[in-house]
Order: sequence, then C-alpha cells, then structure tokens
Amino acid sequence: MITEQVKRQLIDIVGAENYDDSKAGRLVYSYDATPNFQSLPDAVIAPRHTKEVSEIVKICNEHRIPIIPRGSGTNLCAGTCPTEGGIVMLFKHMNRILEIDEENLTVTVQPGVITLDLIHAVEAKGLFYPPDPSSMKISTIGGNINENSGGLRGLKYGVTRDYVMGLEVVLANGDVIRTGGKLAKDVAGYDLTRLFVGSEGTLGIITEATLKLIPMPETKKTMLALYEDLEAAARSVSAIIANKIIPTTLEFLDQPTLQVVESFVNIGLPTDVKAVLLIEQDGPKEVVERDMEAMARICREENAISVQVAQTEEEANNLRTARRSALSALARLKPTTILEDATVPRSQIANMVKAINDIAKTYNVNICTFGHAGDGNLHPTCPTDVRDKDELHRVEQAFEDIFAKAIELGGTITGEHGVGVMKAPYLEWKLGKEGIAAMKAIKQALDPNNIMNPGKVFAKSTRKRVVITR
Amino acid sequence: MTNKPHIQQQFQARMNEDELLNCMRCGFCLPTCPTYIESGFQESHSPRGRIALMKAVVDGLIEPDEDVERSLQLCLGCRACESVCPSGVRYGHLLEEARDIIAQHKTYSPIVRFIRHIVFKQLFPHPKRMRMVTALIGFYQRSGLQTLVRKLGLLRLLPSHLATMENVLPNVPTWKQMNERPTHVESLIPRKRRVAFFRGCLMDTMFMDINDATMKLLQLVGCDIVIPETQTCCGALHGHSGEKADAKTLAKRNIEAFETLDVDYIITNAGGCGAFLIEYDHLLKDDPVWAERAKAFVAKIKDVSVILVELGFHHKDWHAPNQIVTYQDSCHLRNVMKTAKEPRLLLQSIAGVEFREMKDADRCCGSAGIYNIIEPDMSMQVLDYKMEQAKQTKATTIVTANPGCLLQMKLGIEREGLTNVRAVHLVELLLEAVEATTQMDEPLKQIG
Repeated sequence: MITEQVKRQLIDIVGAENYDDSKAGRLVYSYDATPNFQSLPDAVIAPRHTKEVSEIVKICNEHRIPIIPRGSGTNLCAGTCPTEGGIVMLFKHMNRILEIDEENLTVTVQPGVITLDLIHAVEAKGLFYPPDPSSMKISTIGGNINENSGGLRGLKYGVTRDYVMGLEVVLANGDVIRTGGKLAKDVAGYDLTRLFVGSEGTLGIITEATLKLIPMPETKKTMLALYEDLEAAARSVSAIIANKIIPTTLEFLDQPTLQVVESFVNIGLPTDVKAVLLIEQDGPKEVVERDMEAMARICREENAISVQVAQTEEEANNLRTARRSALSALARLKPTTILEDATVPRSQIANMVKAINDIAKTYNVNICTFGHAGDGNLHPTCPTDVRDKDELHRVEQAFEDIFAKAIELGGTITGEHGVGVMKAPYLEWKLGKEGIAAMKAIKQALDPNNIMNPGKVFAKSTRKRVVITR
Repeated sequence: MTNKPHIQQQFQARMNEDELLNCMRCGFCLPTCPTYIESGFQESHSPRGRIALMKAVVDGLIEPDEDVERSLQLCLGCRACESVCPSGVRYGHLLEEARDIIAQHKTYSPIVRFIRHIVFKQLFPHPKRMRMVTALIGFYQRSGLQTLVRKLGLLRLLPSHLATMENVLPNVPTWKQMNERPTHVESLIPRKRRVAFFRGCLMDTMFMDINDATMKLLQLVGCDIVIPETQTCCGALHGHSGEKADAKTLAKRNIEAFETLDVDYIITNAGGCGAFLIEYDHLLKDDPVWAERAKAFVAKIKDVSVILVELGFHHKDWHAPNQIVTYQDSCHLRNVMKTAKEPRLLLQSIAGVEFREMKDADRCCGSAGIYNIIEPDMSMQVLDYKMEQAKQTKATTIVTANPGCLLQMKLGIEREGLTNVRAVHLVELLLEAVEATTQMDEPLKQIG
C-alpha cells in the first residue's frame, strides 16, 4: 500500500507525469511475456536519472514498498510480474548510449537502451556486441543484464554476463555503488559485477553499465541441415563440437516448430523433415569456409538428408528471423504456450531430446522443441489451453520430469530465461538446500527489508505447480 | 464513459476470447507501434497494452474507464503490429469490436453527434452528396473565395493542422466532370482480364485524376473495366469509428453491386478501402445469408499494383524525367492486403527513377482515416518523424498508394516548407512514365 503521503513524496521526486497509479496505467504493467502470471502493481514510476532512483529506493526501503525494475517486459520467468504489488520502475527516460569508447572497446549505456539499437550503434563503428536474445528488437540492456540473457550467438561468444565489465547500481538502502570498469584486469575485491548480472532485480537496481565490445567478424555464413531423425540432428551437434569446431550458432528446430514458423514467415522452410539444424560460422573467410565444409560433412555423416547453404545475406537473415520467432509462432497453435529452458552439457543433447519425446508420450502432451542446441539449451514448448485443467496438470507433470531429467544429465532448470517466480519452486533441485541458503544470505545482506523484486528466485515452498493462475 | 457495467457485459459477450488469449505478450509488436514510440514508450499506447486492457475488461479486472477508452482511441489502427505478430493475433478485429461497443454506449456532445451523423449517415454512403460537397470545394477554389479567405487571414481561425490541410487540397473536378463518369471501358490491347473497378468516395471526387490514371493503366495492360453504378462507400470510416452496423449495410450493397459481374478481379487503388473490402468476410461472418457471398467477393479484391505486376507492366521500358523517388507504404495496403513488393517493383522498373527506400517506410504517416483531424497532436508527431525519414532520402517525389496518406504527405511537405518535393499516388507517377515514354494514342486521351 502506498499512502497519500508517500505518493506525494514520490511525485516530488519524479514529477506527476512520471508517476501513475491509475487503474489502466497499473494494469498494463501487471504482466510480462510469461503466460498465466498477472498481478497489479500499486503504482508505476519512471525516474529520469540515478539520483532519482536512489531517492525513490530510500523511500520504498523506509516504507517497505516492493520495487520491480522493468525494461520492456519480455522475460519468460515472470521476473517483472509484480506478484507482491509495489512499484514498477521504468527506464524509458534512462535510455541513452553514453559513450562508445573505441580505444578501450567498451560502450557505456543507461539501462533503458534497446538491445538492437545498441548493436546497430556499435556496428556502425565496426564493433560487435554479440548477445542477441530473440527479443532484441525491443528488449532493454537493463533487462538483459538482470536476466543474463543469451541468444543465438551464445555458443561461440557467450551470453550477456561475458560482456558486462562494470555497473552502477543503486542498493536497497539508496547507496549508489560502481563495480568493475573499463579494465581488462581487476581483482580489487569481490566480483560484484558478476553477482548483479542475472540477479533479476533482487539485489539492486542497475542504472548504468559498461559493456565489452569486440571487433566485427569479417564474414559470416549460414546453412541449414535437414534430418529425418531427431536424434541424428542432436548427435550432429555433439559431433561438431567433438570435432573441435565452435560455430557461432547451432540451433535446433523440430518438425512441429518448423511447420508453425513457416506458416508465419513463408520463406520456404522445409516442413516435411523431422528436424533441422541452423548453423552459422563467422570470422576470416578461409576459416569460415573450412569450418562450414567440415560441419556439412559431419552432418551428412550423421545422416542429414540435405545441407543447404544460404546464398544471400537476405536468405540468411530470413532463417535467423524464422528461428527467433519460434516461440511466439508456437502460440498460434493453442491459446496458452508454456515453454521451458532446460539445459544440459552439450554432450548430452541427444539424450535430452530423446527424454523430452518420451516424457511427452508418457503424459500424452504435445511438446515442440527448438533451441540453442549447441549450448545444450533446449526450449521444449507445450501449446495448451489454461481452460483445460486436466491437460494443464499433465503438462506440469511433464515439465517436472523434464527438469528432473536435465539435472540428472548434469544440467540445470534454466539456461537463459531466469528463475523469477516460474522456476523458483525448482531452484533447490539444482542448488540443494545449502546452495539456496548461501544465496539467501547474500540477499539478506544487501536487501534486509526484502523490497527488491520480492518473491522472485526464492520460492516459499519447493516443487509447486509450474503454472499458476491468478 | 457512461454505463460501465453494460459495456463490460458487451465486452464479455462480443470480444473474441480465443483471440485475446492468443496474444502471448512477447512484446514483438512494440517496436512497430507508432503510438508506443511517440508516447515515449507507454505500454498503454501499445498493441500489447491495449489487448491486455481489453482482456482485463472482459475478465472484470478493471472497468472500462476513461483511460481504457483513451488508449483505444489513440490507436492509429495501422495494424503494423499484425504484420510482425508471430502468434498471428488479429488485433484490428479486436480493436474494431471494442471501439464499436464503446461508441454504442457513448454520449457524444451535441456537436460531435451532429458531425458523426453528417459524415457517417448523410455524406459518405451517398455518392451524389460526395460529389456535391466536392463541387462546393471546387466552387470555393475557383470562385476567388479561397483567395479572399486567404487574404483576409480567415484560416487563422482554424486549428493550424486544418488550415494547412486547406492549403494542400488538390484542385477538385467540376460538378459536370464528376457526373460524367464511365461505366465501362475497354482494353487498348487484346483483352487479358476483365476486371471491375471499385472507385471509392474520395477517389472518384476529390482525386478523380487518380481514378482516371488507374483506369488508363489497366486499359494499357489489357483489362476491360466495368464500373458498376450501384457501388457505394466501402464503410471503412464507419467500421473504424464504431459504426459497425452502417458498415455492414454498405458492405452488403457493395457485394450486391459486384457479385453478378463476370469479372476476374475487383480492383482498388486506395489501401484503406481495399483493406476494408478484403475483410468483408470477417465483417459478415455471423450473417448466414451473406457470409458465403462475402467470401466470394473478398477473393476477387486486388490492389491495382498487383494486377499491373501480374500483367507485366514492369517488363516494359518506361522512362520518366530524372528524379529521386521514395515510397510511403499505405499501412492497410501493406498490413492487411499484404501488398508491399509490387509498388516498389513498379517504381524500380522506370528508367530515370532513382528509388530510395526511406527508413521505416512501413510505419504509419499519421493520416489513418480521420485520425489526423480528431487526434492532431499525435498525428502531427507521427508525421514529423515520417518527414524526417523522407528528407533523409533527398527524394523529390514521395509516392503513396492511398488518398489519406497522399493528403498527409502533402501536408507534411507543406509543414516542412519543402518547395521542391511533391507527393503523388503511385498510378500518377506510372502514368507520367507512360506519357513520357510514348506519344499517347488517341483513344487513351479520350477515356472518361
């Protein structure tokens, strides 16, 4: 609850135009891209700079008001759903690229910068920022850092974490700290930068970030390998890596996913095969050509029925766009789309694909699978209908089995989407009691009043339902 | 807004719940939404936000209050969100239904009620009255009245966007010209297609030259053209403004006017009209008598650019005076009729035309039917962005494919004071090329 007095204080800080507690204003920030989560915040606030963030946080800390920092609300773990009410904080005014440092190869940005705008800005200077989550056209850097987002280029280049060099963070008591910096080496104290990356807004509010850039690769090639057999595709993934080739992208799409994606993009994707691998390599021309040839050979050896190289950049881009739209396109099949993010060591990818199919059969549910196969990161996705309670129950059971299997194979419950509310009940499966206790101790130390995005990461009880309806 | 419980009930009864649930809130629509961008990234002015609001009203989470209405009102209805929606949500249909429910429960001020009545019921459905109003504008333009009004500075009495609009209206045809329209025109070469022409309200009055150009091009590529006299307004204006019942009546009249003609296609040259015509099947889907007839009608609707490409206009060696040309998509032509390649293909086929794609050519120009009159602030903000992109291309000719967009482009050129830039409809530029390339045959000149 926000009292009239607190409301006045908040308005004094940001101005009336940047504080909204109207019913409609709150409703449109009651959700993110996670199905079946909705909860109204008490207000929505849009600070203009770090000092305002700090002042707001102090007031919230004093009055125990939850704060949920939110970028564009595209996350898939209910990380920005205000499940405990409080204030949703927007960064629409803090959306500037502050500096592109071509001598140190860094870019310094405010959290509200759109990922693709950043990518375009640095590419204009011949530099490269690799993390490219599927939502990059609208996702913000602040959101990417808080969720430690991955993307299609993760296999070769890593994820957001690998590019964050320094942060400015507002802590729960209102203190503003700076971590890291433009330094290739820095061992001065704990690595707080890494701690905050992926912390889902539960430890502090990121108000500025310095990111690492690398030189733009000279060339890039894209190809599609087609399979009559799911596991053959998955085996190719492990075989490519076992042959000491690290492609930029190594994506897997199964037949149901291909069919529905093709119905959206209409670019002539093969819909009559059981699975495809989307493979890309970048770098110097000779290396790219050598690797592409080697990978094509490996795919054929693993029984790919055909390997097709994209002839133009447009064709390549169409293939990438097709892959990025997989999740939302699957939403065409049924009213509700529940997806998971199970991740296993690369060597186990074929086993995981097989397990997912077996589990789907056991529970008689339809699971479509696509994902960053090269990262061992799959997105088994289930088109269902929240109104069909029986099926929904079976979907939950199936996903529980998938989590369990992933952990059994040495994997994790989430590779890149985060824990949020959605996977909080399963976190202990991965970390154990002691692991949770250690994380909770950090949370307690930095946010004793539990105002920073409460209800996320840590569940009230372990192993609850996957799907919660309001 | 009055009578909220009843509006809520209507939302529950009439909104398509599957379609609302189909939005999985991925947010891929946000970067394409002009009002989301221009409002400074306000979710309530985005497609995802609007769908969430509609759903919340259905679910009883919120009341349909003024803020909800405002959010739905500020939408341009450009439907760019639909083109990028991987889930295939038919946002336009949801918006139309919601607006209709709200409009039916709304008590407008007497003056607004009067204007709506005149426009929706007394003017657009009646071709003859459209011609009369246009003739009055013609009288105003030709009698010296316009000169007088301008000299006296009377335009200052109007809001600035309307005053500018007065300035950019084309020179309209006379009463006589408008009343001597052809009903049948024959192909200039051995016939390849027999088509019907949907002439539209504004296009056959204020923009009559564009209709003439359209027919000349169709003749040139081998079309016999029938123009049925009984056709009427497409009803888009009604449908988008919450007057769905009227829209249905007009739809039925048009289906009747065209369905007995033995034609391959029904050709339109206005993206806004075409998009509405092509969705008559949706408009009449619950009407057992009309649903099938609507489907047959819809299957024949094609934009003029599509048939020109189909019949190979772009394979001929046309040339035009040297100029840099950019193309502003008509949102409804692109997002609803899914026609975007053809106009570009046609433009690029003309020697002398240097075609330069502007950034975000697929973003709305802010015209959006009568939006630029009722939401001038947002409309002008959207237009300013558009003109900035157009200027970047250094184009001297801005081509559009819809009368609303054309006027808006002219308005933008006027506002920016760009003296060496013009805005034309696609067919005008194509006809210029034809005329520049060939000495026109005599029969061509006599059309109309």
